[in-house]
Amino acid sequence: MENMYDENDDILEQVTSSEYKYGFVTDIETDSAPKGLSEDIVRFISAKKKEPEWLLAWRLKAYRQWLDMVEPKWPNVEYPPINYQDIIYYSAPKQKIAPNSLDEVDPELRKTFEKLGISLTEQKRLSGIAVDAVMDSVSVATTFKEELSELGIIFCSMSEAVQEHPELIKKYLGSVVPATDNYFSALNSAVFTDGSFCFIPKGVRCPMELSTYFRINAANTGQFERTLIVAEESSYVSYLEGCTAPMRDENQLHAAVVEIVAEAHAEVKYSTVQNWYPGDKEGKGGIYNFVTKRGICQGDHSKISWTQVETGSSITWKYPSVILKGDYSVGEFYSVAVTNNYQQADTGTKMLHIGKNTRSRIVSKGISAGFSNNSYRGLVQVGRKAINSRNFSQCDSLLLGDKCGAHTFPYIEVKNSNSMVEHEATTSKIGEDQIFYCNQRGIDTETAVALIINGFAKEVMNQLPMEFAVEAQKLLAISLEGSVG
Amino acid sequence: MLKITGLHASIEEKQILRGINLEIKPGEVHAIMGPNGSGKSTLASVLAGRAQYEVTGGTVDFMGKDLLDMSPEDRAREGVFLAFQYPVEIPGVSTTNFIKTAVNETRKYRGLEPLDAVSFLKTMKEKMKLVNIDQSLLSRSLNEGFSGGEKKRNEIFQMAMLEPKLAILDETDSGLDIDALRIVANGVNQYRNKDNAFLLVTHYQRLLDYIVPDFVHVLYNGRIVKSGTKELAMELEERGYDFIKNELAVSEGA
Repeated sequence: MENMYDENDDILEQVTSSEYKYGFVTDIETDSAPKGLSEDIVRFISAKKKEPEWLLAWRLKAYRQWLDMVEPKWPNVEYPPINYQDIIYYSAPKQKIAPNSLDEVDPELRKTFEKLGISLTEQKRLSGIAVDAVMDSVSVATTFKEELSELGIIFCSMSEAVQEHPELIKKYLGSVVPATDNYFSALNSAVFTDGSFCFIPKGVRCPMELSTYFRINAANTGQFERTLIVAEESSYVSYLEGCTAPMRDENQLHAAVVEIVAEAHAEVKYSTVQNWYPGDKEGKGGIYNFVTKRGICQGDHSKISWTQVETGSSITWKYPSVILKGDYSVGEFYSVAVTNNYQQADTGTKMLHIGKNTRSRIVSKGISAGFSNNSYRGLVQVGRKAINSRNFSQCDSLLLGDKCGAHTFPYIEVKNSNSMVEHEATTSKIGEDQIFYCNQRGIDTETAVALIINGFAKEVMNQLPMEFAVEAQKLLAISLEGSVG
Repeated sequence: MLKITGLHASIEEKQILRGINLEIKPGEVHAIMGPNGSGKSTLASVLAGRAQYEVTGGTVDFMGKDLLDMSPEDRAREGVFLAFQYPVEIPGVSTTNFIKTAVNETRKYRGLEPLDAVSFLKTMKEKMKLVNIDQSLLSRSLNEGFSGGEKKRNEIFQMAMLEPKLAILDETDSGLDIDALRIVANGVNQYRNKDNAFLLVTHYQRLLDYIVPDFVHVLYNGRIVKSGTKELAMELEERGYDFIKNELAVSEGA
C-alpha cells in the first residue's frame, strides 16, 4: 500500500508535462512497398515474408472478399472516406542482416525503443517481461525467447511463426476471427505484415508477462498486425500490448486483428494500453484504430479477460469479445476509454454465451472531455443452450465540460429463461463541489481532476499488471491535461 | 491573524453579507451564531474562496496577505482550513491517498520536500487517535457511504493532518449525535493551541458546551449585530434568536 501512495504522487507530478511525448520520428532507412493496394501488393508482402503457398492463397481470398465488402457505417464516429490506395502497406526498417541475437539489432532501432521506455536488452529488464517489438510492418526483436522455449512456450513474431510453426498457424489463424468477419479484418487478413504469436503448452503457467510493443514510424504507412495467442489445457498467460506513433498531420490507419484461443481450464489475460497519437487540439492527424479482438473459451472452465486503457487514436473502433463456448467458462472485459479534444471512440465488447453455466463481467468506464465523443457499445448474447449463465455489466461515463458526449448502446439478447443478465449504467460530471473540496485542501484543479478520474477508473486500473498500471494512470492524467478550465 | 473589514458578498445577485467586521487573533476561538439564512455559511464559503460567491466589497487580511486575492488552493496552503458542512464524496479515491496529496501539495507550496511514506504513516497514526478514526475508514473511498459522524470526524482528521493556522468549522455539529459531537469536539480541543485560531459556525449552542469559545458573535441579515463571550451563547439558547431580532427592531425604531 505504501508504495501505491508514492506512485500516485509521481503520477500527479507528471501531469505537468503536456504534449504527446512519443511524437518523435526515427530517421531510419526503410524498405517499403509502393503506395496502394492490389493483388500484386498482397503477393509482394507474401513474397517478402517468404510465405508458403497456402498462406498467400488465404490472403488473396481475403483480399477478393474485401473488395466486395463495404466499410461499416454503424459506429458512432465520423471521418472522411479513407483512400485505401493512398496507404503504404509494407514498410520495414532496413537491417543489414537478420539479427540472430539482440546485440545485432540496429542501434538506431534499439534507441527508438529505449526512448519509448522499452529495453530490448534482456539484462536491463526490470521485472522480467518478454517483449516483441514491432516497428511499422515488422517485428524487430523478441526478448527472452530462449528462457521461454525451455518451458515449451513459443513467443515470436508472426512472420517467424509462419516459418517455424506452420502447422500451428494453419490450424489457428482465422479460427476465431474469420477473414471475412468484417471489413477491417478482411483487409488485415489480406495485408497483415507481422505481429506476435504466443503458444503456451498444456499445464504451463507462463512465468513472465509477455508483451508486444507496436510502433508506427514511417509516414503514410498503415499498420496491420496480427496477434495470435493459443493457451492449451490448464495453461496461463498474461499478455500486454502497448502502442505509440509519431505526431503527423495526416491520419494513419491501424487495422489489427487479435485472436485468442483458451482450451479447458486455461486462462488468458490480455491487457492493452493504447496510446496511438490522438491528433492535435484541433483534431488534425492521429491514428484510426480499427481493430478486431476476439477470444474463444474453447474448453470448459477456461477464462479470457480483456483489460484496456484507451487514451490515444483520433478514432477508436474496437470490441474485444469473448465466445464462451466451454461450459463454466468466464469472459471479462474491463475498459477505460478517454477521449479529449476531437477524439472519437466507439468501443465495448461482445460476450457470446454458448456453453452452460458461463459467466461474463463487463466494466466500462468512459471519460469524455473537450469536443470528443465516447460511446460504449456492447452485446450480451445468451444462447438457448447456455443455461444458468450470468452476465453483469457496469457502464459508467464521466463528463468533463459541456461540449463532449457520452453514449451507451447496450444490446442484450437472452434465449433461455434461467440465465441472469444485469446492466447498470451511470453518467456523471466532475462536480464543481468536488473540485472546490480538493482546492480547499490545497490541491489545484488540474491535480484534482487527475485524482478524481483515477478514482473513477480504479476498478479497471486494478486489473492491470503493476508496471502497466502506473504507466496507465499517468496517461489518463496527461490525456486530460487542460480539459478543465 | 485574520482581519475582516466591511465584507460584502452576494450570490446570484442576491446580497448576503452586508458589511462584516471581525478580527481573530492567534489562540482565539470565535463562534458565529445566527438564525437560518443569516449568512453564516456564506461567510465560511467566502473566506475559503468558493467561486459561486461574489465579493462586492470589503477586505480580508490573513497574516498580512490579501486573502481575497488568492485562489482557493493557495488560501488552503497559506493555512486556512474549512471543515465542510456537507463533505463531498470522491469515489475510488481513498482518504489516505487524498490527504497525502493534499499534505504534499501544501508542503510543495511551502518549499518543503514531500513526506516519505514512513513519516506520513506515522503522522497519520498520531492524528487518527485525535478523532478516534479507524484505518479501515481511511482506506475507503473518500466520504462514500460514510455516516454523518464519520464524515465530520474525517474533516477534523484532515484538519489535524494539514495543521492549519485558521480552521473554519461550518456547522460541524449538525447531524451529530452526542457521542460523535464529543469526539469531534475533543479532536478540536486537542489541536487548539496558542498559535492557531478557530472560527466556529453553528446554529446551536450545544457545540459550545464542548468547544468553549473566547468570543461569540451573532450574525443577522448579513451583519454581526451582537458580540460577547460564551454567556451570550447561553442567553441565545435560553431566549432564542427572537430576542436579538426584537432588540434590533427597537434600536432601529428608536
